[in-house]
Amino acid sequence: MARKGADIVIETLKEEGVEYIFGHPGGAIMEVYDALYRDGSIKHILTRHEQGAGHMAEGYAKATGKVGVAMSTSGPGATNLVTAIADAYMDSVPVVFITGQVPTHLIGNDAFQEVDIVGITRPITKHNFLVKRIEDLPMILRQAFYIAKTGRPGPVLVDIPKDITQKISDVEIPSLEEVKSSLPGYKPHTEGNPQQIKKAARLIAEAKRPVLYVGGGAVQAEAQKELVELAELMKVPVTTTNMGKGAFPESHPLALHMLGMHGTYYANMAVYNCDLLIAVGARFDDRVTGKVEEFAPQASIIHIDIDPASISKNIVVDVPIVGDVKVVLRKLIEEIKKEGAKLLYPEERQKWLEQIEKWKKLHPLTYRKSDKVIKPQYVIEEIWKVTKGDAIIATGVGQHQMWAAMFYRYSFPRQFINSGGLGTMGFGLPAGIGAKIGRPEKEVFVIDGDGSFMMTMQELITAVHYRVPVKIAIINNGYLGMVRQWQELFYEKRYAEVDLSIQPDFVKLAEACGAVGFRAEKPSEVREVLEEAMKVQDKPVLLDFHVDREENVLPMVPAGKSYRDMILEDGKKGVEADTMYLVG
Amino acid sequence: MSDITAVKAPALREIKKGRVRKHIITLLVRNELGVLARIATLIAGKGYNIEGLSVGETHEKGLSRMTIEVIGDDVVIDQVVKQLRKLIDTIKVRDLTDIPHIERELALIKVHTATPRARDEVLRLTEIFRGKIVDVSQSTYTVEITGTEDKINAFIELVKPFGIMEMARTGKVALKREMASTEEEQLWK
Ligand SMILES: Cc1ncc(C[n+]2csc(CCOP(=O)(O)OP(=O)(O)O)c2C)c(N)n1
Repeated sequence: MARKGADIVIETLKEEGVEYIFGHPGGAIMEVYDALYRDGSIKHILTRHEQGAGHMAEGYAKATGKVGVAMSTSGPGATNLVTAIADAYMDSVPVVFITGQVPTHLIGNDAFQEVDIVGITRPITKHNFLVKRIEDLPMILRQAFYIAKTGRPGPVLVDIPKDITQKISDVEIPSLEEVKSSLPGYKPHTEGNPQQIKKAARLIAEAKRPVLYVGGGAVQAEAQKELVELAELMKVPVTTTNMGKGAFPESHPLALHMLGMHGTYYANMAVYNCDLLIAVGARFDDRVTGKVEEFAPQASIIHIDIDPASISKNIVVDVPIVGDVKVVLRKLIEEIKKEGAKLLYPEERQKWLEQIEKWKKLHPLTYRKSDKVIKPQYVIEEIWKVTKGDAIIATGVGQHQMWAAMFYRYSFPRQFINSGGLGTMGFGLPAGIGAKIGRPEKEVFVIDGDGSFMMTMQELITAVHYRVPVKIAIINNGYLGMVRQWQELFYEKRYAEVDLSIQPDFVKLAEACGAVGFRAEKPSEVREVLEEAMKVQDKPVLLDFHVDREENVLPMVPAGKSYRDMILEDGKKGVEADTMYLVG
Repeated sequence: MSDITAVKAPALREIKKGRVRKHIITLLVRNELGVLARIATLIAGKGYNIEGLSVGETHEKGLSRMTIEVIGDDVVIDQVVKQLRKLIDTIKVRDLTDIPHIERELALIKVHTATPRARDEVLRLTEIFRGKIVDVSQSTYTVEITGTEDKINAFIELVKPFGIMEMARTGKVALKREMASTEEEQLWK
């Protein structure tokens, strides 16, 4: 059937099951918008900035596991997407970005609103395409979805010149089989090498002090059941990265919570002293390892990851297993069960778990309470309570992000949505909106910093426009808090350009947008406003919490330092020698 | 796990960074828009300079072979190879550095040959090196020479005293050796 390129775009997106497009129109993409309008079956969310569209598509993808779609026009529309594309790349989020481009005959001519977005995004996409012939359009779009969601997921960009969207063609939408065979060089491994899996099973059985180190890959694979089974079966404590939160229930007795720069004392001590580290869908990020030479210095390492390039990138591992985390864990458990699931050194394992209990008691996650000034950690705890631990949490970047990671307890995958790899301020609000659109049955809380919020706060009106009832808690310290913390700790309190005390009245801002606003300035008001906010279900609510301005995120391992240099919750520097278990 | 034999865990993992040398990487790629840029971007993104690069079509339609020379840390190059493998347009990627392989390079060298003695000498050297004189003028010979990097370097050294006016070298092309035993191949055994 002959139809316009623009109609082919919509037809292909429908074929891919796309429900929502987050975007912002303009000249070069107008035909597609027209086709969208005429067709009427895909919902479009008009964001107020393309960056917002990108992060919303990410939030949607992270919360649902489906592919997100963000769309913009050429030139400035496309460049406004760049931060979100880079963000999706760093966190392996499956998003298809569709950009309009100037007509084919003007490409390379510095035409109005022309930018080489394929060139710009080459290093920050899993793959990208410039469509040069209308006959290729449906195949390229289908390839884009296939590449975005398979293997290690990631963003794929499709740049479509305006004339291609206007041309007429009767090209068919290719089948998935045709898509696969059109990509001979692309073969994601999912199964895992049986020999290596055997070896891993053996190492786990004979380890005395093992630790599971779980990252975002386990969230992507939704491997919670397998992780719990493995941990319980072999009595292995589990620490998760920031991206891995929710992959393992944090209320579980074997949970060590987060490790790394702002990890718990007990997670970091366990990793420092373990003799076997089982990395699952984690990439040994420098925020996790600190000084590489002193990361798990005694341990053999098993690394399960779908991405072969992630293995032995930062740390050389002993047993690499390339495959889908869920599939490999399943096989690993089978292998262990086949062998009778016996530990070689049960007493040692028992002692290890007892040692970990001691560490948990010695330095639990905590903070100094106050009844005069609102402690940010207290706000997070109260959010956890009023939402009964069941909300999806999206955050900006900074101290509030870390407090949200530490003081909310996560129990299911895709529950904690934040910018882990790129660390993008301004991620929280749009990502939270995208998450709520994808998971309307869930309460979605955006826990944001005043600085981060102001980077994409125009999306508040988008949430009002589409009646997306997200809750936004601004942890308002009047500072670029995380930078201030570093300046306090490492730059003798020279607070260079971090003061945000001149700021809008966020409650009025919310009201001006047609949302609901509340403010809390005293600890006694926190619970009250949260309960009020929970009653509102038809529009966004913004909560402005005026918190202790100079509170710090602790514990902390200073950048590039060893776990032994951890600054503890009471501000004491270094880990006392007598608590060092095995390595002096 | 009764029949599981104990595996000794290494006391300390070796962090193998640090050996820097020239690597020669060969790629079979789909001849798609931007593939060269994609590969170059990936390598440049690691902070490495590409020392040599050659591309040409293969006998299979739509497929090209690339040979890349890059100086870098063994561990990082291993990363680069893995990442190159991940690219959608690459069919095969191999680091040939430690694998028996054949490499060849082509150079065009324009030598100043104004005197009869210079013409004699350059002609003789060209014959010894099994090169070819492909252009002649009143005062120059342009020599075409193929071979390994060393051979071409040696030739250049020898003709340098006459004066090199201009020169162009292709990057290397390389293929893995098959183990069928030619005379040369015995050397690798
Ligand atoms: C787009 C962007 N610019 C700059 C930074 C550097 N940065 C990291 S945290 C931070 C401060 C964040 O302040 P705020 O959002 O108020 O959160 P707080 O730390 O106060 O909780 C800054 C500036 C960043 N991560 N992202």
